[in-house]
Amino acid sequence: MAECPVCAADIQLPDDTVAGELIECPDCGTELEVTSVNPFKLAEAPSEEEDWGE
Amino acid sequence: MSKIEVSVVGGSGYTGGELIRLLLFHPNVKIKQVTSESYVGKFVHKAHPNLRKASDLKFSSVNELGKCDLLFLCLPHGSAQKNIDNFFNLSERIIDLSADFRLNNETEYKNWYKHNHIRPDLLKKFVYGIPELHREEMKTAKLISSAGCNATTTILPLYPFYKNDLVDIDRTIIEVKVGSSEGGNKSSDASHHPERAGAVRSYQPTGHRHSAEIIQELSFGSEQIKIHFSATSIDMVRGVLATSHIFLKENLEEKDIWKLYRQFYNDEPFIRIVKENEGNYRYPEPKLLIGTNYCDIGFKKDDNSNRVVLISAIDNLMKGAAGQALQAFNIMYGLDEKTGLEFPGLHPI
Repeated sequence: MAECPVCAADIQLPDDTVAGELIECPDCGTELEVTSVNPFKLAEAPSEEEDWGE
Repeated sequence: MSKIEVSVVGGSGYTGGELIRLLLFHPNVKIKQVTSESYVGKFVHKAHPNLRKASDLKFSSVNELGKCDLLFLCLPHGSAQKNIDNFFNLSERIIDLSADFRLNNETEYKNWYKHNHIRPDLLKKFVYGIPELHREEMKTAKLISSAGCNATTTILPLYPFYKNDLVDIDRTIIEVKVGSSEGGNKSSDASHHPERAGAVRSYQPTGHRHSAEIIQELSFGSEQIKIHFSATSIDMVRGVLATSHIFLKENLEEKDIWKLYRQFYNDEPFIRIVKENEGNYRYPEPKLLIGTNYCDIGFKKDDNSNRVVLISAIDNLMKGAAGQALQAFNIMYGLDEKTGLEFPGLHPI
């Protein structure tokens, strides 16, 4: 179990999860990187910024 | 289990049509009669062409109504309160989809509707029809007043913040964008196609009557809250999008807001939190909700202030009217709340 760093959702991770794996938070949809497996830790995966005319 | 016999009074309007559509496919319901004074003797699909071949029901006059287990009232404003005793003679259970019994205070009713209520003695007897707020009362209720569409869209995202006393109760600003079906099925100069098409029309900058419901349902302290509500009609047939600006008493992080919504709505079948950082549908959008009973809620905390922007959307004829009334009906009869309401919407649309 790990906590989403964006929305604090509890995320169940399989036992064979490895560091560096990318997953998606089921609540907020953020792409997350597994930064540690013992204990499980997650961080936002880097993504390209979108420009909506700003 | 024998079927529950219901009748729909005032079934030729958009809300009535939507309700008939849902009831026809509800496994526990038999529609006994549908009334419309302007369509007496005509097939229901004459007014609601989407129901062709779905039913051979014909419209009756209200004078021909027989007794039934429950009456759904889909009448114009004022008609339900005027004729309520006649309806009580036909059914002890009533779900009224008009605004007649939404407010529980006679003075407030007069303030907002500008006339005296004909049956103020009944105002406290109707349960206000948002299941997420009044589910327990609905389980034993015989009278339910279904909530307004704009009020529903606004109350649901705001409720956790007001219930937990997290916001400045005087500063909430709400702007709703609404589709043309909110105006009903009677045409007018304003709905004439060349006038209505492409419109972004500020039709009620202040004084919208649904404000009264919002104030009633979100006032938890000794004093009434103040809200600042505006409505704009846009070029859309179905749907409501509400953008509400609240100001927090104390700072909350976005994670805290996620937790707050989970606390209140995690087990709610028709509320979804929609907030993503990428993609086309980052926040609620009414078109994805057409025909569904969902209320989608999104939010964004302003990094530079204590403002939180809440974005919420529904289909006004579903969660804002017929769908929510059927949800209340299911609760009233101890049925699975989702029965007849599980359509997930369409994409693309």
